[in-house]
Amino acid sequence: MPKTRVGVFVCHCGNNIGGVVRVPDVVEYARTLPNVTYAEDNLYTCSEEGLSSIKDQIAKQGLNRVVVASCTPRTHEPLFKRACEEAGLNKYLFEFVNIREHCSWVHMHDPAMATEKAKELVRMGVAKACHLEPQQEFESDVFPAALVIGGGVAGMSAALGLANQGIQVHLVEKEQELGGLIRGVQTLFPTEQDTDELLRPLAERVKAHAHISVSLGSEVENVSGFIGDFDVSVRADGEVEGLRVGTIIVATGAEELKPVDLYRYGELPNVVTQLEFEEKFKSGGEIPRSVAIINCVGARIPKRTYCGRFCCATAIKNAIWIKERDPQARVYVLHRDVMAYGVEIEEFYRRAMELGVRFLRYDVESPPEVLGEDRAKAVKVQHQLMGKEVILPVDMVVLTTPLVARDDNGKLSKMLKVPLGSDGFFLEAHLKLRPIEFSTDGVYVCGAARYPSNIPESVSQAYAAAAKASIPIREGLVRVEAITAFCDERTCSACGNCVEACPFGAIELQQGRFGRTAHVNTAQCKGCGCCVAACPSGAMQQRGFSDMQVLSMIGALAEEMTGGVG
Amino acid sequence: MVSGSDSPGNGFEPKILVFACNWCSYAGADLAGVSRLQMPPNCRVIRVMCSARVRPEFVITALSKGLDGVLVLGCHPGDCHYSEGNYFTRRRGLLLRKLLEFVGIEPERFQVRWVSASEGAKFAETVEQVTEQIRALGPNRPRSEVLGTEPGDR
Repeated sequence: MPKTRVGVFVCHCGNNIGGVVRVPDVVEYARTLPNVTYAEDNLYTCSEEGLSSIKDQIAKQGLNRVVVASCTPRTHEPLFKRACEEAGLNKYLFEFVNIREHCSWVHMHDPAMATEKAKELVRMGVAKACHLEPQQEFESDVFPAALVIGGGVAGMSAALGLANQGIQVHLVEKEQELGGLIRGVQTLFPTEQDTDELLRPLAERVKAHAHISVSLGSEVENVSGFIGDFDVSVRADGEVEGLRVGTIIVATGAEELKPVDLYRYGELPNVVTQLEFEEKFKSGGEIPRSVAIINCVGARIPKRTYCGRFCCATAIKNAIWIKERDPQARVYVLHRDVMAYGVEIEEFYRRAMELGVRFLRYDVESPPEVLGEDRAKAVKVQHQLMGKEVILPVDMVVLTTPLVARDDNGKLSKMLKVPLGSDGFFLEAHLKLRPIEFSTDGVYVCGAARYPSNIPESVSQAYAAAAKASIPIREGLVRVEAITAFCDERTCSACGNCVEACPFGAIELQQGRFGRTAHVNTAQCKGCGCCVAACPSGAMQQRGFSDMQVLSMIGALAEEMTGGVG
Repeated sequence: MVSGSDSPGNGFEPKILVFACNWCSYAGADLAGVSRLQMPPNCRVIRVMCSARVRPEFVITALSKGLDGVLVLGCHPGDCHYSEGNYFTRRRGLLLRKLLEFVGIEPERFQVRWVSASEGAKFAETVEQVTEQIRALGPNRPRSEVLGTEPGDR
């Protein structure tokens, strides 16, 4: 066997690591570790320069193991693995050490300790690297169809994005009609276009598309399988239908917050939410003469810290809508700050002021108060700029509330094995680097299911999700990461613990060369390692996470305690 | 320098091994980093795909070699990426604590907690709490000192 030659590349990440951890010391230390034949530091190991250096040194130094100490494997591992592969080194001979998220960023005030920790983490990584083995990835076919969950603007746009490439799409919508949340909205900001002008043609294109099958009044009941081969059960009218798809897009949207114990909503008939206001006047009705719109209702508070992002635009839009129909009407927008972001919405805000909409800033500590016996008759507010209390007589109070996550997100997140954030919205793999992907392969997200998004944003995200979801389908096969379990038949005693432990039914006892032993079906193995930990004889192992590899890391960490190499 | 048994008494800083599952807890640890949540530098994380990959031997070896504590982090019950891996972790953890107690190791040196991908703050709090608890226990002694054998010998 050729001698193990480990190369260690320690990243400064600009100042992110180098500003805390003394990177040159870590490099110096790495050079003293067993089997390390080369170590260097890079300003950015992930830059073109850093990657070429890895490739050059693999050739120049004859490296057969590469360790990069930088950020998290969750985002950058594929990049470094590819560099190894391009230099002719099997990418499974690469080991990642996280000294940014797990070190420099969380020990910013303790450079000495952070440096010691980084050294130890590198020592553990090198120890594991010495036990890495080259692996072959398993390839599996991708079923050429996609599932889109949710038939709002995002879901319909995603479905069209896929279907226009010739991919078969199943679109599942809970309601009896396509359109989602904005079906109840009468006009869209900032163009003031009638919502139906957008929705109707979009829904017609979806329904008429040869590659899209739409299931209305349907809900996804169960999902099993993995990228390339998901089995989905869809329930409609009590009947359950099975679907087979290669990729899945979540476009389930969000819902308007209905206030609880706020501004006497639910108690007085003329205190309504923005969506209720729109629905009320979509079919006509007498426009009130004096309206107070209260913004940030249930948003940017300790319980719900986020900003709904386009609620301000909605308030401005409806204020203009009233003013344009009745220039004599008095419209007040009571706000905490006006978030009129971007070019068009700021312009829209200016127009509202020109039309005579009055914007009043209130303080969250002394919020407005709705007055009246059986109807809202006035709003009392501490006018922050004038520094005094004013009473505004009103016929109607409109509460601007943010979009909130749907209650059944939890159910869907469990089915799809994808996470939710603390506000209950779906959580993407990485905010900046993988914004519409989940860390679970083959599942994507777009629109307000992820975060309150307006229409242009939802459509762009939908197209992005459709593009991502089409890649595996167009390639026709996916490579499954070689972290699967395997059995050393010579030491297997056929106890069957692994068979019981496997959540995927991937292990069977079979007659083989060494008698009856466990056998792993690699196509079904998801690489959790449950079976490995359950095996009493050490016959079951996991590629990339073998007992030897993990124990070597533990040994390296405990080195100075036992006074030698563990 | 973080050292376990080297510096008993005052100023003792434990060295703690953490296993974090790839899908929830490692992501939570990453989020703690991205959010710049400061925490004590006593923990070293080994990433595993599922907390159920942690075989008891890893914990026993780590403690036998003198590491002061082992913390296993997984997805919340019901949220396991592999459906039920963390249920194995939970059951195994309960048994393992009994075993540790039996062989004379404080069971508090081994802990199992749940941290989701969005719980960066919980990760930081957990590290803080567990570090504090193990610091209070004082240094762990390598079993070789006690038994005269190397751990992991089979």
